[in-house]
Amino acid sequence: MKGYRKYFLNKLVWFLVTFFFAFILNFILPRLMPGDPVAGIVARLAQGMTNTTGVQAIYQQYANLFGTNKPMLEQFFLYVRNVVHGDFGFSFSQYPRTVADVLKSSIGWTLALQFPAIIVGWIIGNTLGALAAYLKKGFDKVIMPISIFVSNFPAFGMAVILLVVFGVGLKWFPTSGGYGFDLIPNFSWGFVWSVIVHYQLPFWSIVLIAIGGQAIGMRSMSIYELNADYVKYSRFLGIPDRKIVGYVFRNAMLPQVTGLALSIGTMVGGALVAEIIFSYPGLGFTLLNSVTGGDYPLISASTLIITVMVLCANFLIEIIYGFIDPRIKTAQAD
Amino acid sequence: MKHTFRQVFHSGKFVVGFSIFMGLLLIVFVYPVIIKYPPLEVIGQGTFFPPGIYVNTFDSINAPTTYTLILDNAAAKRISNKLSNDDRLAMKEWLVSDGIPDTQIDTSDIVSLLDLWEKNFDPTKSFPGMTYAKERYYQRVNASLQGILSTEAEIIAAQNPQTNALEQTGVVKQTDYVNISNVANVRVLLLGTDNFGRDVLGELVKATGVSLQIGLVAGIIATLIGLALGLLGGYIGGFVDDIIMFITNMFTVIPTFVLLILISFSIGQEKRGAVTIAIVIGFTSWVWTARAVRSQVVSLRNRDHVNLSKLSGHSIVHIIATDILPYIASYVVMAFILQISSGILSEAGLSILGLGPRTTDVPTLGLMMNWAMIYQAEILGKWWAYFPVLVTIALITFSMNLMNTGLDQVFNPALRD
Repeated sequence: MKGYRKYFLNKLVWFLVTFFFAFILNFILPRLMPGDPVAGIVARLAQGMTNTTGVQAIYQQYANLFGTNKPMLEQFFLYVRNVVHGDFGFSFSQYPRTVADVLKSSIGWTLALQFPAIIVGWIIGNTLGALAAYLKKGFDKVIMPISIFVSNFPAFGMAVILLVVFGVGLKWFPTSGGYGFDLIPNFSWGFVWSVIVHYQLPFWSIVLIAIGGQAIGMRSMSIYELNADYVKYSRFLGIPDRKIVGYVFRNAMLPQVTGLALSIGTMVGGALVAEIIFSYPGLGFTLLNSVTGGDYPLISASTLIITVMVLCANFLIEIIYGFIDPRIKTAQAD
Repeated sequence: MKHTFRQVFHSGKFVVGFSIFMGLLLIVFVYPVIIKYPPLEVIGQGTFFPPGIYVNTFDSINAPTTYTLILDNAAAKRISNKLSNDDRLAMKEWLVSDGIPDTQIDTSDIVSLLDLWEKNFDPTKSFPGMTYAKERYYQRVNASLQGILSTEAEIIAAQNPQTNALEQTGVVKQTDYVNISNVANVRVLLLGTDNFGRDVLGELVKATGVSLQIGLVAGIIATLIGLALGLLGGYIGGFVDDIIMFITNMFTVIPTFVLLILISFSIGQEKRGAVTIAIVIGFTSWVWTARAVRSQVVSLRNRDHVNLSKLSGHSIVHIIATDILPYIASYVVMAFILQISSGILSEAGLSILGLGPRTTDVPTLGLMMNWAMIYQAEILGKWWAYFPVLVTIALITFSMNLMNTGLDQVFNPALRD
């Protein structure tokens, strides 16, 4: 256990540093752009207003709210203080709700949808890829082209196809929302059932996309491992095939875990778009609404939350990786 | 060089991918030469006209020559066009509710069905459980049946501007035909129109071109940045490498999609052209190329031929250009291909969020998708507005990936079957 401490600390420091930079980027990118964001917002809000003093007052109010009239460094500390307090200001498009309130209601949906979907997709994809590498021939010939095609399919495309086939055509599942529009969230059977039914299409569209890429990666990793010397040696020793396959897939799995850590950001991006297609009440849909509503505080806060989520997931995977990769244990013990 | 090309074109996957891609390119270049309609012209007054050939009714009535064709099934076709199978079943349903025995009604025999209908139908009659909408539907069906069995000609009349009276100008018999080449205005809309009433096919071809340009620009920028950083970090090593690796590692973890959203939103709707979007995508997606190039260069750095070059006193630029670049060229080309396809996907994802290029001057695949989604084409069943776009995107990315896998198999012996 002692050997892991260095690994964990290393990963933790890395996580914090990345988080810090992501935070700064989130703060600085919108402010680096030419033009005054507050002026843009006021121009939108004050459309048709002829009273210049009124416009001026609105401008002042928003400039104070965001602190854009202060020097950059002071703005930054103001921003840090607000974020630490969970205060992201008011949402423009859903006033008088606060941004924190809007995010609180959507983050649960996204977490419950995306992480199970990505993990299920990863598991199914790896199993299929491993099977394709091991069984070869017919299975491989069928699985591979499908996987390549599916993994190249845009995430929203898969969502649209599922929606049209199962939602509009076969009418098996509802086409939009997180639960029936006629229901109020509660813990009755009717509501839970409605949530489950609405969950299926977005869930499977994310799973399908994840499967393709993972299957391709796992297949080539497994083929590489199956040709390794230790496999041939074990065969000579007469170790049963089943046991060798176990070793092979354990070894092929490791890069796939790292692969998941590296690609989780992209996957979340695709999944957010899938949420939009199904009008699922998660962060993706919130993001869409905030973009269409020009809701600057909401965009900034949701991108920050998404980044934090991805970074956390990444950190978690790295930690798990530390446990399952024996090389890390030996490296740290030295 | 020649040998490499021959090898590449012997790879089945590459050839398939290459042909699909070249086919798309060919369409993008040739289509506008043959069909010269402006791609963004709004032609339809209304949304989502289905695919087909649109023949001007006025021109066909006034066609210079009309032909007479006696076709046996013309009348039957005319009737079934006006009275669909569903309508007949609905009529039967009404008649059954009215008390006529099921066995007497034959929906395939139009004459007897219409006979029964005319005798029994009463538009004011309402049955228990029949909705108002259904009642109106029957009234509409009844109205459309007027004159369905008539064999008379229709009379064309025009208003006399002096007297305001209608004067007969022509007669259209049921056996009259026009040759479509005699009709002045015929527009073929192979993929119908979109929500604005624009020709989807023309728009799609234009959009494919623009999206490919976006992918190309984004790919070039991303590859150049990635190549430069990878070469620098990998070859120079030391502190420079540490810094470059630090930045690269950070950008691998921070989701690109989020960066794209932040930057595109900050740029603002007015300044977001297709090129701007492409540049933004390029600047956020160099990470993978940088990583791959760096790891390749690190393994090349201490090879004998590189050391020999160093000893001979060649400059760094010369060493990189002659001793390193040729060895990683195949990787860079593969990465470039993938960058193009991921650039196209990024643009589409951004556009669906409403952060794509501004909509007025160019179509892109993502924007077409975005508009189709906003107007709920997928729920309304207007497949021509979104499905061809999806297929095009999938074909582009699929062909690029095939080319990439093909190249990979040629250049990476470990992956050969």
